[in-house]
Amino acid sequence: MQYSLLIYGSEGIYERLCEEEQQQIMQGHYDLQAVLAERGEFSSAKLMSTTSAVTLQPTQAVAQPALVKDGPFAETKERLLGFYTFECDTLDDAIELANKLSSPYVRLEVRPVDWAGGVLAGL
Amino acid sequence: MTDEHQWLQARFADIRPRALAALVRRFRDLELAQDCFATACVRALDKWPEEGLPNDPLAWLITVAGNAGIDTLRRQQRIAEKSMLLDQGSELLDDGIEDQLDNQVFRDDILRLLFICCHPDLSPQDQSALALRVVAGLSVAEIASAFLVKRKTMEQRITRAKHTVAKADVAFAPPDLEQRHRRLNTVMLMLYLQFNEGWSASGGNAVIKLPLCEEAIRLARLLLELFPGISELMGLLALFLLQHSRRKARVCDGNLIPLAEQDRSQWDQMQISEASALLDKALRHRTPGTYQIQAAIAAVHSHAATDDATDWEEIEKLYRALYLLEPTPVVKLNHASAVAQVAGPQAALDMLAPLSESLDSYRWFHTAKASFLMDLSQPAKAKSAYQQALELNPTPEERRFIDEKIRACEKSLNPL
Repeated sequence: MQYSLLIYGSEGIYERLCEEEQQQIMQGHYDLQAVLAERGEFSSAKLMSTTSAVTLQPTQAVAQPALVKDGPFAETKERLLGFYTFECDTLDDAIELANKLSSPYVRLEVRPVDWAGGVLAGL
Repeated sequence: MTDEHQWLQARFADIRPRALAALVRRFRDLELAQDCFATACVRALDKWPEEGLPNDPLAWLITVAGNAGIDTLRRQQRIAEKSMLLDQGSELLDDGIEDQLDNQVFRDDILRLLFICCHPDLSPQDQSALALRVVAGLSVAEIASAFLVKRKTMEQRITRAKHTVAKADVAFAPPDLEQRHRRLNTVMLMLYLQFNEGWSASGGNAVIKLPLCEEAIRLARLLLELFPGISELMGLLALFLLQHSRRKARVCDGNLIPLAEQDRSQWDQMQISEASALLDKALRHRTPGTYQIQAAIAAVHSHAATDDATDWEEIEKLYRALYLLEPTPVVKLNHASAVAQVAGPQAALDMLAPLSESLDSYRWFHTAKASFLMDLSQPAKAKSAYQQALELNPTPEERRFIDEKIRACEKSLNPL
């Protein structure tokens, strides 16, 4: 099963932490990336701040040009900060991997992937 | 404060502008709002590590701070005078609190709070100092250090500023469109000046003043989150990020390094790409403004792999556009520097002639003029322009730079 690991949190908190704690958090990512790289293909992304986002509004019909609104999809306090997708045998295994990123600053969502394209297609 | 509570401090700092805005709306009293937020944070330090983070930390802090504020008013027997306000504020304590604490409620409150700090009787520095203290929650010591003044002095200035704004009559009703626009412009200007104050450092104090820039970036981000469709706000944040991306490259061994000589590999590429994304978004609105154009100019530099690769024609065009929106002598001077790159020093020098009166006491005018004259092989005139700049209180660093230039002029006057 392919899983996605979605990272939610408040924007700007990481930047407020001292260097040591920032390094601890980054170490979690390096560890996870090392494990995933050993297992095979994976993808990951850190998203820019939601102030850089635009949202395409729903349209009347499929593939119509949409109204573009500045800002993220939802005005929530916790935002999607980044994500990983990778292949994993069991949910427990995926949760164990997710734990490498656990901290007081983020909520982690583990969700199976239905379909993947690009480098992750056919895994 | 122990290190293990650092994660809470980061949360408090993040939550603070929204909480303060709500509390000021409720109590109409900066000092009281600040005190009861501090009390709520102390309670949170007690509870959160044991019980875990509440579902909505912001709502939790506002509720606890609100109660603490009422207790204070009761103790001071000021409850009668404020009772009307308390009635209005109590709606915040209803069950639907989470729904009400969204951007719609907060954006005008936060903007108002910042606008209150921008009282016209306060100097730009004091406006920033007050906003940093109240909204950003920096300590007086931190603010004093960033502005390079003594703690005691800053304390007095902030206290005076608080008295000044307490007397101001800022409408608490939701602002209309025009009012909101005006408030936004005032606050953006305050942030712009604050960033420039932080950026206009010498090599020795560049790092010390950097917090002014960082807080300006944070507040600009916050405003853009609240008002996502304002293209000038995107431009302002982009401008800040582009300049800030050069912070490591611009100081070396305690000296400021000019843009042309900076090691570009040290520029923060993440900030540069975020700024580019913001500018792309702003461009879609087709409502150019001075911040957007200044950011666009900075972006041209950021995207040049080397100084020689700089697209000066684009920069020259952008300065011309900026001058249309902001026809000031200083913009014209900057335009002339771009013209020098595109059309040569004589064209640039011709542009300076009409400015000589208005910019006579501006040392950059004389150094720019001098450098054009040098390029035109007129070292005697160049030397005298540099000497004029020397008389206009340059920083020690600039003095060293100008002295060096004067020696170069003398050398070309007497090659032997």
